Amino acid sequence: MEFLGLFNYWVVIVLMMIGFYIVICSNNLIKKLIGLTIFQTSVFIMYISMGKITGGTAPVLADGITLYSNPLTHVLILTAIVVGIATTALGLAIVVRIHESYGTVEEDDIHAKDKQA
Amino acid sequence: MIVHLSVLQVIIPLIAAPICLLLRKSELAWAFATLVAFMTLAVSVALLSQVMQSGPVSYELGGWEAPWGIEYRVDMLNAPLLVLISAISALALLASRTSIENEIPENRHTFFYIAWLLCMAGLLGITATGDAFNVFVFLEISSLATYTLIALGKDRRALWASFQYLVAGTIGATFILIGIGLMYVMTGTLNMADLAQRLPDVENTKTVFTAFAFLIVGVCMKLALFPLHLWLPNAYTFAPSIVTTFLAATATKVAVYVMIRFIFDVFGFEFSFTHFPLQEVLLTLGIAGIFVASVVAIYQDNLKRMLAYSSVAQVGYIMLGISFASQTGIMATLLHMLNHGLMKGALFLALAAVVYRMGIAQLSQMHGIASRMPLTMAAFLIGGLSLIGVPLTVGFISKWYLVSAALENGWWPVAAAILLGSLLSVVYIWRVIEVAYFKPVSESTPDVKEAPAALLIPMWILVLANLYFGIETSLTVGVSQMAAADLFGGLR
Repeated sequence: MEFLGLFNYWVVIVLMMIGFYIVICSNNLIKKLIGLTIFQTSVFIMYISMGKITGGTAPVLADGITLYSNPLTHVLILTAIVVGIATTALGLAIVVRIHESYGTVEEDDIHAKDKQA
Repeated sequence: MIVHLSVLQVIIPLIAAPICLLLRKSELAWAFATLVAFMTLAVSVALLSQVMQSGPVSYELGGWEAPWGIEYRVDMLNAPLLVLISAISALALLASRTSIENEIPENRHTFFYIAWLLCMAGLLGITATGDAFNVFVFLEISSLATYTLIALGKDRRALWASFQYLVAGTIGATFILIGIGLMYVMTGTLNMADLAQRLPDVENTKTVFTAFAFLIVGVCMKLALFPLHLWLPNAYTFAPSIVTTFLAATATKVAVYVMIRFIFDVFGFEFSFTHFPLQEVLLTLGIAGIFVASVVAIYQDNLKRMLAYSSVAQVGYIMLGISFASQTGIMATLLHMLNHGLMKGALFLALAAVVYRMGIAQLSQMHGIASRMPLTMAAFLIGGLSLIGVPLTVGFISKWYLVSAALENGWWPVAAAILLGSLLSVVYIWRVIEVAYFKPVSESTPDVKEAPAALLIPMWILVLANLYFGIETSLTVGVSQMAAADLFGGLR
């Protein structure tokens, strides 16, 4: 079953497109950030799936373990998760400041207020 | 000490950033950050001379051998860029204390210097590293610092500009991450030199094609290639002026460097230009960018926004050089990267001085301003001439090589387009010169004095660099020529 074998990758593509769609089409800045996070998370899943080897265990040094999954992709994605959290935190901080100075977090309202000024 | 130069380049500003936090006082933080920037400048100059004398410098981080550990590799391609980044950063920091006085509230000054140092560490890291994943990490370090710096702008629209850039930048960076992941899955390595060796065995697979496409689109987002430039004008307009100076002169250049490194070194010339319509894409978008952005620039009243659009046009020229797919073309690109850094640095510093005195750089309020701020406007004039490409300035040198690369390919319409684009830049620079020099001082012109020396000195150092490297070209042209020869020599 080719389709089921690639199940993870289908999930990645679906999540990625959902996230991308929210980023582009949402009017609310918080929702945009949620979309961005989903978009990034799909890539995390992709990396984690790439490292998995069927039947492999965790890469621990012990007797009887010969087949293990590739730990490198998992380590890489730990770094990327940290980066993702930092991005979300910074994005939310900016949204708070936007709310303080504009009184709204809707993109249309922000544009309208900028036009008035 | 000498063997650790390439890592010191990145580590010094990275460690200096948290130390800045401990200093607390604005003046102390400024003095320390400036000192650090000059130290990194010294390191990068030492690295460049070492590379020129004895070839590429390779450094194993933590003593782990290359394909397994992270390698820092400085060669002819990135050594000059390291010098450019640290030099612009040092000069801009020198002017920053005065420039941010009126633009950033006192209690945020320390954070400004911290974000600046982190941004600098990120940019230097992207340039120095020889590891594909490390590029992503440093890219995000510099980007996060950049979003913060932009959000520090006085106008509330700076916040919106910063948010827009955050969304665009994160999508770009995630695309790059996808590209790197797919490359790793096919080759099992992240080291650039190792990737270059292993990719040819698998290059005819869909995965590698996808990796290449994601990577290039992601990088194009960061370097603001038309039509992916939408984040740039707002970010440059509303960021504090001194931040714009630094970003305009360095950040997009670093993204261009990443693109050149991946196209020519990692994937290789053959793959990039024969399997992919890269030439057509870059040529079309480059020319479209030059014309659209230049025409838009003509209609701007805010001078920071005008120069921001001009930056988008200049990225177009840089992309043209890559699309020629020849040694002369890539050499012109490298040369224009360095030269554009010098001219945009000088121009934006002049605007920073105008903003310092007037609060805003609006053309409609600048009638006869040259009689009030003669030195600042003279710097703007020379920077502008350099942007147009008048002989005796750096702009002329790089446009000369661009045109000759176009003619070498027999593409005379492209050469004509480059000249036409220069005519458009004559129009938007002339508008400013006319208003500032030939219009009488009107009532709407604020009563201002010449900018303080703290802004004038770095500004004129950059202006003189524009003239010096426009006349004495052996260093810049020589370095670019050697780098271009390296890129092509490694492939054949």
